[in-house]
Amino acid sequence: MRRFAMICLPYLWLVALFLVPFLIVFKISLSDIDLAIPPYTPRLDFNAGWQGFLRFWAALDFENYVFLTSDDLYWKAYLSSLRIAFISTTLTLLIGYPIAYGIARANTEWRATLLMLVILPFWTSFLIRVYAWMGILGTEGLLNQLLLALGFIETPLTILNTNWAVYIGIVYTYLPFMILPIYASLEKLDNSLLEAAIDLGCSRLRAFWLITLPLSKNGVVAGCFLVFIPALGEFVIPSLLGGSRTLMIGKVLWEEFFSNRDWPVASAVAIILLLILIIPIILFQRNEQKQREGEQ
Amino acid sequence: MKRFTWFNATALTFGFAFLYLPMVILVIYSFNASKLVTVWAGFSTKWYGRLLENEAFLDAAWVTLKVGLISSTLATILGTLAAYVLIRAGRFLGRTLFSGMIYAPLVMPEVITGLSLLLLFIGIGLDRGVFTIILAHTTFSMCYVSVVVSSRLASFDRALEEAALDLGCSPLQAFRLVTLPIIAPAVISGWLLAFTLSLDDLVIASFTAGPSATTLPIKIFSAVRLGVSPEINALSTIMIAIVTIGVISASLISKRAARKLQDDSAMAKRNQE
Amino acid sequence: MAPNGQTQIFAPWADPTAKPLIEFRNVSKRFGNFTAIDNLNLSIYEREFFALLGPSGCGKTTLMRLLAGFEPLSAGTILLDGQDISPIPPNLRAVNMMFQSYALFPHLSVWENIAFGLRRETRDKEVISQRVAEMLRLTRLAKFANRKPHQISGGQRQRVALARALAKAPKLLLLDEPLGALDKKLRSETQFELMDIQERTGTTFVIVTHDQEEAMTVSSRVALMDEGKMVQVATPSQIYEAPNSIYTADFIGDVNIISGTAKLESRQISIVWDAEHAPIIAPSNASFGPDETIHFAIRPEKVGISAEKPAASENSYQGKILDIAYLGNISTYHVELPSGHIIKAQTANTQRLSERGLTWEDKVWVYFQGSAGVLLKR
Repeated sequence: MRRFAMICLPYLWLVALFLVPFLIVFKISLSDIDLAIPPYTPRLDFNAGWQGFLRFWAALDFENYVFLTSDDLYWKAYLSSLRIAFISTTLTLLIGYPIAYGIARANTEWRATLLMLVILPFWTSFLIRVYAWMGILGTEGLLNQLLLALGFIETPLTILNTNWAVYIGIVYTYLPFMILPIYASLEKLDNSLLEAAIDLGCSRLRAFWLITLPLSKNGVVAGCFLVFIPALGEFVIPSLLGGSRTLMIGKVLWEEFFSNRDWPVASAVAIILLLILIIPIILFQRNEQKQREGEQ
Repeated sequence: MKRFTWFNATALTFGFAFLYLPMVILVIYSFNASKLVTVWAGFSTKWYGRLLENEAFLDAAWVTLKVGLISSTLATILGTLAAYVLIRAGRFLGRTLFSGMIYAPLVMPEVITGLSLLLLFIGIGLDRGVFTIILAHTTFSMCYVSVVVSSRLASFDRALEEAALDLGCSPLQAFRLVTLPIIAPAVISGWLLAFTLSLDDLVIASFTAGPSATTLPIKIFSAVRLGVSPEINALSTIMIAIVTIGVISASLISKRAARKLQDDSAMAKRNQE
Repeated sequence: MAPNGQTQIFAPWADPTAKPLIEFRNVSKRFGNFTAIDNLNLSIYEREFFALLGPSGCGKTTLMRLLAGFEPLSAGTILLDGQDISPIPPNLRAVNMMFQSYALFPHLSVWENIAFGLRRETRDKEVISQRVAEMLRLTRLAKFANRKPHQISGGQRQRVALARALAKAPKLLLLDEPLGALDKKLRSETQFELMDIQERTGTTFVIVTHDQEEAMTVSSRVALMDEGKMVQVATPSQIYEAPNSIYTADFIGDVNIISGTAKLESRQISIVWDAEHAPIIAPSNASFGPDETIHFAIRPEKVGISAEKPAASENSYQGKILDIAYLGNISTYHVELPSGHIIKAQTANTQRLSERGLTWEDKVWVYFQGSAGVLLKR
């Protein structure tokens, strides 16, 4: 009996505040915009009885989804988000892996300090860290000042308000999420495996390619998912660092909701995004489960 | 063969430089007397003064702190419970769904979570305000706490709980007297994580705050949309300073604990009869 | 006191009027499709030091966990002092356990660990204090009362685990492979300490072990298990000298097993086991069917070995020394007979190495008394 109560409490909370909201989003995505509060129709009116209930169901339709396919903005935004998330994840991997590798190879005393240095930015406000880049990447920002002063360029580079600023922003903020899982899997690596490979004739580079890299696969996969999935729906970074031409679906959703006040369309956008993400999310969970089972 | 090569050293140096330079620059410019990034007008703390006089910011900070403390404590309780269910409750109806609901928020884009929660609150007629922000934060934070605590519980020696039962504890007593004190560090980290996430959250707070409540991140965002602001630099520096002190203290504490553990083991060896 | 003035030997299992402390009645335990305990019946008496012995996976640990209450029964009942304890949860049973990993609470001191069980029973500080002090004295841990588990050695931790389990003076103490983590020397010392404590406190001990030497040393009775069933339950000497099966004879100690067909000849069995060799003659009152397969089991220390042919002509065979296992105090000679059978003969090394006559490839005679072996049907 006690066990039942123990399971129920968190379960019901999550069902009420995580699962049910998604169902509501889906329902709203089937509704129409209305000049009312709340700004959608039909609304489920329990007093209207069974007839009201039937009318409610009849008024729902997939009109918004059709709308999404008709306006260029949306599918372009989805594609653009996928592209940006993909490129950012790759960049984060390329930068994060050597750092994780360096920490794994360092002396034990140093490692604790280095890990602390990686984690510290993570605890600092995400918003502030993104904001910091605004001052650096602007046309009058520090980067341009430096490059101009050193004579590398003659006119300031436009980085802020472009996709490149978004890449830098995503890499910067999500770097700890890539480094930590990769470090965790590298740290578990048995050094004698590499020594055996070299003993059998591999060069250092080949040993890395044939042994280290495949064995750190789990960490790499986890890291990539931890960056790709949230990056896909990012809002803050494209909003602050990207320009009006930076199309990311998170931004589109926000604007649809707050600026256009079109809640039904915003909901439809959210549902489609969710559908796109379901497969990576399931893969991510499978990977985590495999890892946990492997460790037991 | 833990050879630390030049490649490693270079990678680490550039990597950490990349991570820290932006924050260092923020700190430096918070002391810039001039508003503009292009001009260095001398050292000044006037922006800090302006910040501390800004009522709106102070109110928002207070709200953020309140929300953070309440939601993280709730999230820790629920998350620890959820972790226990995940690791100890064995098989039950709907376990896969439960497991999915715990792990999904970790990667779900915040715009989706925020939108869905807002629509829920409106749907049930709940007025948006501080209370709804707390509900929202508790929900996604509890999943993070659950991941941290369940990872600790998974490696927890069950024989300790069995020993407690064997010696006369009811299951609840065993949890309170044996399990909880031992997993306490993980629970505390979970709390800290939930607190930080709450303090830092912009998107979900924006959706669930409604017109009446404002949190610090919301205020910061509306300020910086228009461009660089020196007051925000000052605020950032304060926040960076607090976090740095916190992380360094935690690191020192854990180093001291590790060294004490080593000394204790050495003492045990010496006193072997 | 027995009528002839001798001290009574402790053997309640032989007394038909004695009531057992623990009774397993038709107990079965299944994990899914796997049957860990199969319709088991067993009685354990008060003040016994009872050993559950067997290879990994035989079910001995499961049996112990059923007693402690950590696993529910699939079938049958367990009675403690006549009372059915199957529905009683582990925290309410008068049974305490000493865990294999010791399971000492790392956040509590030695004193607190020992007091833990007592605190669940009473709040009286005097009573708790006295009892803990008694336990510390019993296990010689008074010096370490304020230390934490990671500040003391492995042997000391083992004693804390024992003290903690005994603190509540349980009717029954379960010990799960208690000496496994100790090195050999410490193990022998601790074995005797355990026996001493058991006798002094008068508690019934049930020990689970895979080490047959340990079981033989400490226990009043040994229960040998295999695949969830009891193979033989007897005193150490009975189980050694009178095993009831090849499995038992082979598990405990070293043994020679010679299989052949039996021919009964007036109070003697003649076992024909090989065309090239004379049959084994052994006295026996038991009846064996004609040409029934029978196994003759004899311990190596009961097999003599010599370079010359022995005087008695019965049960002596000639062979060649194939291997010698030298253990310092004894040597076991593996003698290969012309038929290919290998007989193990063991002698104490009463002479120094250089003076002993037997070495590899030597032609020797192995011989034994028919009565020194055991006749087994299975």
